[in-house]
Amino acid sequence: MISGAAASPRTGAAPGFDAHRVREDFPIFRTPRDKPLIYLDSAATSQKPDAVLDAMNRYYAGFNANIHRGIYKIAEEATAAYEDARRKVAAHVKASPREIIFTRNSTEAINLVAYAWGRANVKAGDAILLTEMEHHSNLVPWQILASERQAELRYIPVTGTGELDLDALPRLLADGRVKLVGVVHISNVLGTINPVAEIARLAHEAGAVVLVDASQSVPHCPVDVGALGADFVAFTSHKMLGPTGIGALWGRRTLLEAMPPFLGGGEMIREVKLTGSKWNELPWKFEAGTMAIAEAVGIGAAVDYLQGLGMDAVFAHDRELVALAMERLAEIPQLTILGPPAERRAGVVAFTLADIHPHDIATVLDDDGVCVRAGHHCAMPLHEKLGVPASARASFHCYSVPEEIDALVRGLHRAVKVFAK
Amino acid sequence: MSGMDDLYRENILEHYKHPRNQGTLEHPDVSYEDANPLCGDRIRMDLNIRDGRIDAIRFSGHGCSISQAAASMLCESVEGKPLEEVKKIGRDDVLEMLGIELGPVRLKCGLLALKTLKAGVYGMTQWPGEDEDRS
Repeated sequence: MISGAAASPRTGAAPGFDAHRVREDFPIFRTPRDKPLIYLDSAATSQKPDAVLDAMNRYYAGFNANIHRGIYKIAEEATAAYEDARRKVAAHVKASPREIIFTRNSTEAINLVAYAWGRANVKAGDAILLTEMEHHSNLVPWQILASERQAELRYIPVTGTGELDLDALPRLLADGRVKLVGVVHISNVLGTINPVAEIARLAHEAGAVVLVDASQSVPHCPVDVGALGADFVAFTSHKMLGPTGIGALWGRRTLLEAMPPFLGGGEMIREVKLTGSKWNELPWKFEAGTMAIAEAVGIGAAVDYLQGLGMDAVFAHDRELVALAMERLAEIPQLTILGPPAERRAGVVAFTLADIHPHDIATVLDDDGVCVRAGHHCAMPLHEKLGVPASARASFHCYSVPEEIDALVRGLHRAVKVFAK
Repeated sequence: MSGMDDLYRENILEHYKHPRNQGTLEHPDVSYEDANPLCGDRIRMDLNIRDGRIDAIRFSGHGCSISQAAASMLCESVEGKPLEEVKKIGRDDVLEMLGIELGPVRLKCGLLALKTLKAGVYGMTQWPGEDEDRS
């Protein structure tokens, strides 16, 4: 269990978990192509198993209808499937379905909080405390709110090893002006696992609400929103083997009840008169308009699939691979790994290679069918802090296999050869 | 490996490893810097202009091999040329210098130098070739 307080040491592969077997469930690896697909960009988006695609197809072919309104059979089936997906997602993070709001993605979930909660609770002179390692999705909504409200933005600094400097936290919270602390659970660049529970405890003592960006944790490790100690948790389907177009916000019920709606429209109302409206109850108060029904069915199937593998096994596999990757990458003398040692990170490794631009690295790798991310990974302030304009990043999921790391290392040696000055 | 041979032709690697006209000018008539926000590539162009010609040109900055090689090739080709002639240089001319096809992301790497030059000298701030895209 990753509650955020401490990462368990390298556990070794889970018994019975076979990534080569898992890989067969993902049609993208069966699709014929010139050279085999070596996909090391799961932190950007994950691949999808047959079970997810089939479930969405069954919905469209079997009972496609709008939800919550129809009196006829397939409409009832569609509604049941949609709400069933919510129950699955809720169980996945050990929450109540009433507190799970479907959104478009993590970004929209964070924006929902920034607009609905933020506008009602943040005023001039208040402060919002974020970290220097946030993805742009957990920076920009708060920058917009802060400038609208003349609120102050503060940041928990990042250390040289790419971890949060928690010694700075008491000072940052001391004046009691911080209304919200926003922190990423697992860094999408460094893989750093942040001690969210400890941060939440200190934040709550200072009277602040805590939002956790769990985009990289909910897809990869067991997450218990209660144990995290957060008030809001945002995550997205497409990084957890599900389709694009759907994500979720978990929020503490009392906070959600007190918040005004985010978007207005159909389904989020109980009663509409020309003079005004009454809001629907949770969670539908925050789900205006026709939602992504097929995608909800898809995320439900993705949760089933992940739970079938076991989140402990998925996380153990990720960490096994990242430890292996870091060992192998360290063999390349010109290569510098960003971030903490393997025992304190999830399945993500970003690096620089001599003075070869990450775009050039990615292009050489692509020639061998190896997909890595190159650039700032939507974390420009973090790269500035680390003193590199950009980095290359490899990231894993349950279908990733050690042979892909071999191909990565071979490609990097080739890049050195091509670009050595 | 044909893809690699195409993408990193000898002339590109040659210019990347041994760039021409790299550096800055002490008293530039024009100095302009631009960046590609997508990848962080950054190029500054310094120019001295005499009698309507580019008398001296230097580039500095950082970026991938394509952006740096294109800057080197462009500087080499425009030094001494009349401004009127330089104004006509477009996307296809740069691609011809590079001698390769570029996908949409790397195309911006290849064109950053030309965009910087044109913005500095003529105040043209569009990506080269955007007009052609619209037609």
